[in-house]
Amino acid sequence: MNSNTNIKTNTLRPRLRATGLVLPLLAFIAITFIAPLAMMLVHSVYDPTVANALPETLNLLREWDGKSAPDEAVYATAARELLKARQDRSLGRVATRVNRVHPGLRSVFTRSARNLQNVREGPYREVMIGLNSAWGDIQTWYAIRSAGDRFTSRHYLNALDLQPLPDGSIARQPPERRIYLALLWRTFIVSLSITAICLLLGYPIAHLIAHSPPRIANLLLILVLVPFWTSLLVRTTSWIVLLQTQGVINDLLVTIGLIGDDGRLAMIYNMTGTLVAMTHVLLPFMILPLYSIMRAIPPTQMSAAASLGANSFQAFWRVYWPQTLPGVGAGSLLVFILAIGYYITPALVGGSTGQLISNMIAYHMQTSLNWSLAGALGGILLVCVIALYLLYDRIVGIDRMRLG
Amino acid sequence: MPSKDNAYVEFENVCKSYDGRTLIVQNVNFSVRKGEFLTLLGPSGSGKTTCLMMLAGFETPTSGDIRIDGRSVHALPPRKRGIGMVFQNYALFPHMTVGGNLAFPLEVRGFDREQCRERVARALDLVRLSGLEDRRPNQLSGGQQQRVAIARALVFEPDLVLMDEPLGALDRRLREEMQYEIRRIHQSLGVTMVYVTHDQQEAMVMSNRIAVLRRGDIEQIAEPEALYEEPERSFVARFIGENNRLQGRVTKVNGDICEVETGGQIIQALRIAPCQVGDATTLSIRPERVAIEPEPGLYTNELEAKVEDITFLGDHLRFRLNVCESLEFIAKIPNTVGHGAVLKGDKIRIGWTPTDCRVLDPDDEEDTT
Repeated sequence: MNSNTNIKTNTLRPRLRATGLVLPLLAFIAITFIAPLAMMLVHSVYDPTVANALPETLNLLREWDGKSAPDEAVYATAARELLKARQDRSLGRVATRVNRVHPGLRSVFTRSARNLQNVREGPYREVMIGLNSAWGDIQTWYAIRSAGDRFTSRHYLNALDLQPLPDGSIARQPPERRIYLALLWRTFIVSLSITAICLLLGYPIAHLIAHSPPRIANLLLILVLVPFWTSLLVRTTSWIVLLQTQGVINDLLVTIGLIGDDGRLAMIYNMTGTLVAMTHVLLPFMILPLYSIMRAIPPTQMSAAASLGANSFQAFWRVYWPQTLPGVGAGSLLVFILAIGYYITPALVGGSTGQLISNMIAYHMQTSLNWSLAGALGGILLVCVIALYLLYDRIVGIDRMRLG
Repeated sequence: MPSKDNAYVEFENVCKSYDGRTLIVQNVNFSVRKGEFLTLLGPSGSGKTTCLMMLAGFETPTSGDIRIDGRSVHALPPRKRGIGMVFQNYALFPHMTVGGNLAFPLEVRGFDREQCRERVARALDLVRLSGLEDRRPNQLSGGQQQRVAIARALVFEPDLVLMDEPLGALDRRLREEMQYEIRRIHQSLGVTMVYVTHDQQEAMVMSNRIAVLRRGDIEQIAEPEALYEEPERSFVARFIGENNRLQGRVTKVNGDICEVETGGQIIQALRIAPCQVGDATTLSIRPERVAIEPEPGLYTNELEAKVEDITFLGDHLRFRLNVCESLEFIAKIPNTVGHGAVLKGDKIRIGWTPTDCRVLDPDDEEDTT
């Protein structure tokens, strides 16, 4: 028995030491990656602002039949809680939340609360409707009740261009407010196109590098990696210099007479700019996995195929290409996943038509401050990527993927 | 030059240079008869693989002509030469099953499914791997992979099969087994085979004829027995089997026999190289042709020797002797009754007949195996 415990402690200590070594990294990932991610995902479904500010109003609204304007008790409680919210300075946030459910209510809330200060007694129903006719509209109370849910799927519905109706059913947003699905779709298409272009451009390059003599191969690899070592901003800016209307390429085309001076091509601040610049940025992520796979394929394989009677196409298609599939899969998955969440390049060269879903997420994070919606959009993106990963695993097998 | 009447493969004045200065293959001439097993044997850098690659079509001769069945193949790409080839590291396609690998040459030739299956089964049967169609190459042992590679080179029934050191990656026991296997396949199919190796024993086991290459040139091309018994070049004598070499100078030429002075002794030997009196020469004699303590007067050449070492090897004994200032003179004596009479350090007499001792070109020993 004694020796047994000895063995246990003997293996335990090195294991503890090994765990101790990875602990800093685990902590780093937890703080910088997992925690913000979790926070944003929580934000997308959980929002207690309104519920905390107007608890009793919401309690009363729960009994409300929803067919006509609520009774006096609701108005009185709402008036009291609005005033209280104004005093502890939470009114602005509450108004913003309700406004997201029903646009236009923000000013109704703030103005009414300001005016309610001077009201000493009821009936509050008449008083409030007198301050703003919106208080007589049952839609307003629906909005308050809906915004009062602590847990809500509203942001996810919103991110999918859907809205909850008062009767609990779900409907599409009015056409002029449908933006996210189209944007999500565009992001998918753009990411797919970039993946395809990267594969088309990267495959021959990777083949060239993999089957060159070592000295040339090293040089070519450095050329592939140079973009990695250059600042993203510098690279993107040089694309602006090249592609803009008065830029190098347009000047060249005009000079050789291919296009007229008034027919200069718009190649940047639109989808073309996004495609070109992102392909450039992501190309190494395609080339490197392909290269590492191709290098492992002995050149005699192609000789063997030729000696067995295959022409070059048959040799490529039946012998070479299938063996590069793990690299194709790895590169494509990598490029696609990076592209789908890419932010900085479309923001710089995408103009208005070249924006992707990530730019909308950034907009909600930084400008509209609707973090819940940003979280929901990010969550949808995350689900898409995970689904894709699982699909890849199902079809190709993740253990066959090699990154380098 | 070999007769051309039944030559199937012919090399005529073939030269190959990669950089335009040094010739990897210099003016090589040989021919292979239909159904013959010819081995190109030589140390690394002798140009044997280059010759094979030129025959297969992966390299183009710088000058000269290669003909298969009387037709120059200069303009034919590898896939149109109809040659089955076994590569050094097998070059099996790892993403296909054994059946897929074997069916590949048939499918690209447009055979239908039924014909493919039948021929694949037959080829697998030939290499004794029936029933392994659905395995992947990496699930097979080295020897099995080797057999699959051979079956793949044979499945489309080519008239000519090339093998480029196919047994190099196998361990010794398996290599010997495969040598007999390849010989059996060659004999049962009657295809013409050109085989490349640096292993002389391998060449001896399988070949009808062996071409010994050195520095891009053929030193001698002959049947295995002839190559062993009657080497015409000192390199061949050295490369094939074990051999004693004594460097000396011709002192007298008397028809087929000449006298050579080496280490202060005069030895009578068979004149092979066209040497004249005063020329430097290499004497070559097989260790098993040296007699120890012969009856006096039996051999024309009788010499004094000191026994430096004796190694017991079961069926024979190996004497290392000091003869004619050479410390590495070897004599192999069959293990018969009475061998224990000679001990290490003894002074003994040895002898051999002049016809067993061959006067060859002086050996520069620059490259050894």
